Amino acid sequence: MHITDILVTGEPIIYGAMVSMALVGIALLFLLTYFKKWGWLWREWLTTVDHKKIGVMYILSALLMLFRGGVDAMMMRVQLAFPDLGFLNSQHYNEIFTTHGTIMIIFMAMPFLIGLMNIIVPLQIGARDFAFPYLNALSFWSFFFGMALFNISFVIGGSPEAGWTSYTPLSGAAMSPGPGQNFYLMGLQLSGIGTLATGINLMVTILKMRAPGMKLFHMPIFTWSTLVTCFIIVFAFPILTVALALLTIDRIFGAQFFTLTGEGLPMMWANLFWMWGHPEVYIVILPAFGIFSEIIATFAKKRLFGYHAMVWSMIIIALLSFLVWVHHFFTMGAGAFVNSVFSISTMLIAVPTGVKIFNWLATLYKSKIEFTVPMLWSLAFIPSFILGGVTGVMLGMAAADYQFHNSYFLIAHFHYVLIAGTVFACFAGLVFWYPKMFGHKMNERLGKWAFWLFFFGFHVCFFPQYFLGLDGMPRRLFITNVVEWLPLNVISTVGAFGMGLGFIVFVYNVYYSFRYSERETTGDSWNGNGRTLEWATTTPVPYYNFATVPYVDEIDPYVRMKEEGKTTYEESKVKPIHMPSYTGQPFIMMAFLGLASFGLVFEWMYVAVFGLLGGIIMMIRRSFDYDDGYYVPVDEIKRTEKKARGL
Amino acid sequence: MAHSNKRVPMNHVIGFILSLAMTLVAAWAAIGSDLPVRWVIIGIMILALLQAGVQLFMFMHVTEAESGNGHVPWNMMFHGFALAGIIVAGSLFTMSFGFDHNHGGDGGEQQHEQQHEQQDHSGH
Repeated sequence: MHITDILVTGEPIIYGAMVSMALVGIALLFLLTYFKKWGWLWREWLTTVDHKKIGVMYILSALLMLFRGGVDAMMMRVQLAFPDLGFLNSQHYNEIFTTHGTIMIIFMAMPFLIGLMNIIVPLQIGARDFAFPYLNALSFWSFFFGMALFNISFVIGGSPEAGWTSYTPLSGAAMSPGPGQNFYLMGLQLSGIGTLATGINLMVTILKMRAPGMKLFHMPIFTWSTLVTCFIIVFAFPILTVALALLTIDRIFGAQFFTLTGEGLPMMWANLFWMWGHPEVYIVILPAFGIFSEIIATFAKKRLFGYHAMVWSMIIIALLSFLVWVHHFFTMGAGAFVNSVFSISTMLIAVPTGVKIFNWLATLYKSKIEFTVPMLWSLAFIPSFILGGVTGVMLGMAAADYQFHNSYFLIAHFHYVLIAGTVFACFAGLVFWYPKMFGHKMNERLGKWAFWLFFFGFHVCFFPQYFLGLDGMPRRLFITNVVEWLPLNVISTVGAFGMGLGFIVFVYNVYYSFRYSERETTGDSWNGNGRTLEWATTTPVPYYNFATVPYVDEIDPYVRMKEEGKTTYEESKVKPIHMPSYTGQPFIMMAFLGLASFGLVFEWMYVAVFGLLGGIIMMIRRSFDYDDGYYVPVDEIKRTEKKARGL
Repeated sequence: MAHSNKRVPMNHVIGFILSLAMTLVAAWAAIGSDLPVRWVIIGIMILALLQAGVQLFMFMHVTEAESGNGHVPWNMMFHGFALAGIIVAGSLFTMSFGFDHNHGGDGGEQQHEQQHEQQDHSGH
């Protein structure tokens, strides 16, 4: 086989991407070698099982994917604003909207939130690491190789092009031949292993490793949102796993689950996909709610209003999320009764969500708000998200949905909830907890620039799309030189570039703050407004998190600790701390499984079998691995604490 | 975690071999055997139940005693069954319309009617 058989050829934009990817790759290899950083990379990052470092790697990957997905979005917007320019051809356009959707949901939103959970949840509950640190590293590397596999598709073999929903029969072997759709299936399958494992891992961590005295209803709200999200992950992801496996067997081994012939049921894919897909949108929005709740309480300097109502509404949302999936395909034609049932269950979700909105407003009511960058993102979230929520209820009315279905009205709706909800929360949470992660804050002035550019860009981009939808513009449409649509499309594109600019300022701020920001001296970075245990740790957080674990029997324990002048550190109670050893096994195991997936994508069975065997051998090695970790001696803990606390 | 005993976990090894054997038998029944379809389906169903039993009793913690929060495995299994119920009942509820394995029977007529209706609509 010749190399040109699998490389994508004939597209100038893709050639450009190939060249730039090669250059960046060479530059990275050169820098690592020149500064002799290979050992550092392996010892400190590739083999780490520390939840804080794994979280940082998740967030870095997510930012990279936000860039990739964002570039896809810009290209689509250019095509739609200048339809006569011939910027993209129809095939390339299909590939781009497919990868944009898949990357933003699976490889940007989820890892970003999982990264924040990784870093913050153990700190909030007074734990020293995850319940299963090895498994946590495994989760990250399975996500990482899944992401890498999905992303190389556009230069090797060709991108998937059946939409992020990958509906059959379009995505079946008959109508999408070639490796493109296999990349989608294997990339999601591989990273799905990691998501499921993280769900179990965090669930056990939260249920079993809380500080002494901390009951479930003493937990910080972000930890609660994580726990509820974990339940959704554990129950929803197996459905995706099965659906992906069935479609893989269809495509690679010629089965007939979703085909048009042989009694296959193409719509069963949509049914299974959305049974996972609807809970999935709550997987990415509930942690966002948790982040906003933390930030709003911190900068309103009040206890979160209606803590119990907040928790129960999340639990109810999680339950309802499994009962609404059909509203994604009302137009399938299952009949008035089926549609009515799901229409009502859909609208029911607005009730607990409304409870949450009112609780945030009540927290803000009569409080002395401090307008920091994370607070700006959180305040912008409330009205923007309501616009998305209300249009969601409109879409939930089955009869009206026949008009809105697959139009830009829908596109505007889900971007309003996903960007104003999830993306705002990712930015807000990153800025909020940034000092905990890196020991310095992000620059506030640049942060505000990034916020306002992104905020206005977002509304200018997506608000016109509601009207485009009402004017009848369908989604995933390549030809748009219809005169009535053109002005709004141009406005929308301007907004998209505003968001892009905001993102660039945000990333520049990372560099700028690294160079010029003041280093943190206390752990309680936001003017002493921290309320939960993560702010009681020192900055930088020692690798064992808590030298002594405090006793907690209330919500916002750190507020009282500060009033009483206490810290979590009691020198007389220091005992040796049991910590897990670093290991390279998770990286190697997932590299093998990544290779196996790559083999399956091209249906090279020898490569696939070799990779699977490698993975199994690594699993057997793990089964006979008796490394129980090590103990941090008392002296070392006391020395570290003394230095960090300036005692 | 501190005291892992290094003897071979026989229970797990037997369970592993059993579950592999049952998977192979199921695959043989579907691909290699000459059994009638009905018996293949019944056989696979029985094997699936046995397989679930092996998983639950030899690997999972069903035999574990109750802890402070009730019997945790049973609680989680309850959620699992509830979800399985939603998936199966929900799929039947939403997906069983317009289908008839009697090709050319009612199903065909329904489709025809639908087409007819669509034509009516376009006529407006």
